[in-house]
Amino acid sequence: MSDEYEHKLEAKSDYASDASSVSTTDIDSVPKAELPDQELYHSHSWWTTYVFSQDAKYIGIQYALTAVGTGLLGLILSWLMRIQLAFPGLGLLEPAAYYQFVTMHGMIMVIYLLTALFLGGFGNLLIPLMCGARDMAFPYVNMLSYWAFVVAVLVLIASFFVPGGPTGAGWTLYPPQAITAGTPGSDMGIILMLISLILFVAGFTMGGLNYIITVLQLRARGMTLMRLPLTIWGIFTATVLAMLAFPALLVGCLMMTLDSLIGTSFFMPAMVSLGEKLSYDGGSPILFQHLFWFFGHPEVYIVALPAFGIVSDLLSVHARKTIFGYRMMVWAIVGIGALSFFVWAHHMYVSGMNPWFGFFFATTTLIIAVPTAIKVYNWILTLWRGNIQLSLPMLFSLGFIVTFLNGGLTGLFLGNVTVDVPLSDTYFVVAHFHMVMGIAPILVVFGAIYHWYPLITGRMMDETLGKIHFWVTFIGSYAIYFPMHYQGFVGVPRRYFEIYNSPYIETSTLLLNQFITIAALIVGAAQLVFLYNLITSVRLGKKAQKNPWKANSLEWQTPQMPPEHGNWGKETPKVYRWAYDFSVPGAKQDYIPQNQPPSEIIGAKVEKT
Amino acid sequence: MTKAKSIFQLLTEKPWEKGQIEADNKHEGQTLNLSKHKVGLRTIMVVSTVLFSLFIVAYSDRMLISDWRKMPEPWLLWLNTGILVLSSIIFYFTQNYSKKDLYEKTKNGLYFIGFLAYSFLIGQLIVWYQLMSTGYYATTNVANAFFYLFTTLHGLHLIGGIYFWGKTTTKFLKKNNDKKDIDHQIEICAIYWHFLLAVWIVLFGLMLSS
Repeated sequence: MSDEYEHKLEAKSDYASDASSVSTTDIDSVPKAELPDQELYHSHSWWTTYVFSQDAKYIGIQYALTAVGTGLLGLILSWLMRIQLAFPGLGLLEPAAYYQFVTMHGMIMVIYLLTALFLGGFGNLLIPLMCGARDMAFPYVNMLSYWAFVVAVLVLIASFFVPGGPTGAGWTLYPPQAITAGTPGSDMGIILMLISLILFVAGFTMGGLNYIITVLQLRARGMTLMRLPLTIWGIFTATVLAMLAFPALLVGCLMMTLDSLIGTSFFMPAMVSLGEKLSYDGGSPILFQHLFWFFGHPEVYIVALPAFGIVSDLLSVHARKTIFGYRMMVWAIVGIGALSFFVWAHHMYVSGMNPWFGFFFATTTLIIAVPTAIKVYNWILTLWRGNIQLSLPMLFSLGFIVTFLNGGLTGLFLGNVTVDVPLSDTYFVVAHFHMVMGIAPILVVFGAIYHWYPLITGRMMDETLGKIHFWVTFIGSYAIYFPMHYQGFVGVPRRYFEIYNSPYIETSTLLLNQFITIAALIVGAAQLVFLYNLITSVRLGKKAQKNPWKANSLEWQTPQMPPEHGNWGKETPKVYRWAYDFSVPGAKQDYIPQNQPPSEIIGAKVEKT
Repeated sequence: MTKAKSIFQLLTEKPWEKGQIEADNKHEGQTLNLSKHKVGLRTIMVVSTVLFSLFIVAYSDRMLISDWRKMPEPWLLWLNTGILVLSSIIFYFTQNYSKKDLYEKTKNGLYFIGFLAYSFLIGQLIVWYQLMSTGYYATTNVANAFFYLFTTLHGLHLIGGIYFWGKTTTKFLKKNNDKKDIDHQIEICAIYWHFLLAVWIVLFGLMLSS
């Protein structure tokens, strides 16, 4: 890249010096907009402004609040499970309840919290603002998307109150046990879960349509795809993945609903239950596993790619430095997205597949580590000799890099068939996926909330409370998940509701379980500090100046902050560069916003890309 | 308007080069030279294609298990296929009439398409009735279950199409709307109709050949 760097430096300074010889209007000239301005829906009552809102910013906040509310439920479930594991003598949970909580915790966290928060929440909030659009392409469909999500959440929660309770089949919902008597919630619970998922997929498809078309078609003038902030690249690619992967979940859910409700045999084999032969015959449970994981693995990246994108922007802004290897970062995002459709069966090594099949998937799994590693190197090289501000978003981003690396490395172990087989279904797996797709993306979520909070409310969140929140969460989550790796090595199986007094389990695991539980309770309590901070700062927070982090991307360049309806006042912005011109030699400020005309920065020697 | 570029061309642009900077500053903000409705339709068609493909994969996988019993193909399905083909052809002509401003012919075309769409749905329901009255329930064999599932999903897609057909027709009848807008909407509906015909032919062919 080094000669490219020289070349670019020359090219850009050429451009700047050329600029000085011509009149300012000449170099700033951007052709008059040929495309008509977007038609906007204007709300005319309290209901259409705040409840059935068609403004992407409000929908984003609605999505985020609903997702976080559901996530809190998931957090409480995890507390209860942890207390049960550490102190089985209390008899807090019945075995059935434990399974149900495991299932609901998993499903809520993966789909209803993370997917909805990253794509529905940050997607709606940031896509129009960062692309320089006035709103999403189809605001009405966008509103429908949110309300479908709300109904999906309500149906999910309703399953707690039906006879038999929610499903306890594990978040993977494998048939035949998911819909066979003996599994908790095998009649009403599983049906509601499946309906909720179908609604979620329908709602998401409407939202995804908006995200894709807004990014592709409604950008500001001058905003080429290769000038987009990486946040948008991450969210965009994740949306494409979701649009292609969610149909697999939909197919699985529809067929299982039919198996359960009217007794078809898509997935259900001939079997005997409670001494009676069931009417099912010939179904293929493994087919469901393939469908589920064809959705399930891209789902991991649906959560991870927006986190990758957001963290790249946070690191660049808070280290006051150009992102290292922008094009490589984009390629890595797109490459990971494409590869994610070819690794699904590494979740199924012990399902009785042909071993050669497993070998193929182990290979693709290792290949996907390459673009991922490129991203980690680029983040570190972005920090290298940067002017690092240890602000809250930066702290969380740093926490993310370490945690993601950690979880990624254990993934290399689990991706290999021979290593996976003994570790399969132990706490090692639990530790791995919580590190890589629980803690790592959640750290980014927190960083992003601290970063964009002033954009939404016009106020800053409290720094001290934020630091307490960060350190407890960061150190605490290592206290929770590091010991789990060890537990996995000594063979503690996952999904057991109590493991004391078993002759084949090391006694140390009981002590460790108590330690983990105490850590989990403390980390959970730290989230209450965060919530307190989030809520009180709306009124009591320090008033934020405009563009408080001195960022370049368009969302901070709106005429008002927080941005008003329609975002851009009279005219949509014109874009002259990418979002990463920080600390440019010769420039008056240490940042050059994307929409600052070249005539205002003559003499600035724009640095490497 | 900038020329359409392939995804590889877009991703290998060097946004720091002088020529590229100048070209980029002139960029209009649109990636594809299409209306947002058309891009939306294409996205929906891609997602639907993935959905139906996954069903076909599941179908082919499930077919190999020994309990599979082939389902009879009622002759009415051929008639229904004919109806879909006819409505696609009429949509093609209606689209041209609309472009040539032939109000009456366009109107009749739209009405006829609606009539055919409803007839198709009713025809499918009659097929269901025939199958069930001869004992081919969804629970009898999984091949039947796939048939009911496929036809339901295809029917739901068509009902979605009918909703937009209704919106377009109402708009068309109001007369005072933007002419270009109407043409565009009719074109989009037509593309969707052709798409549903293609999906149906693939599904029907799959059922015939297995």
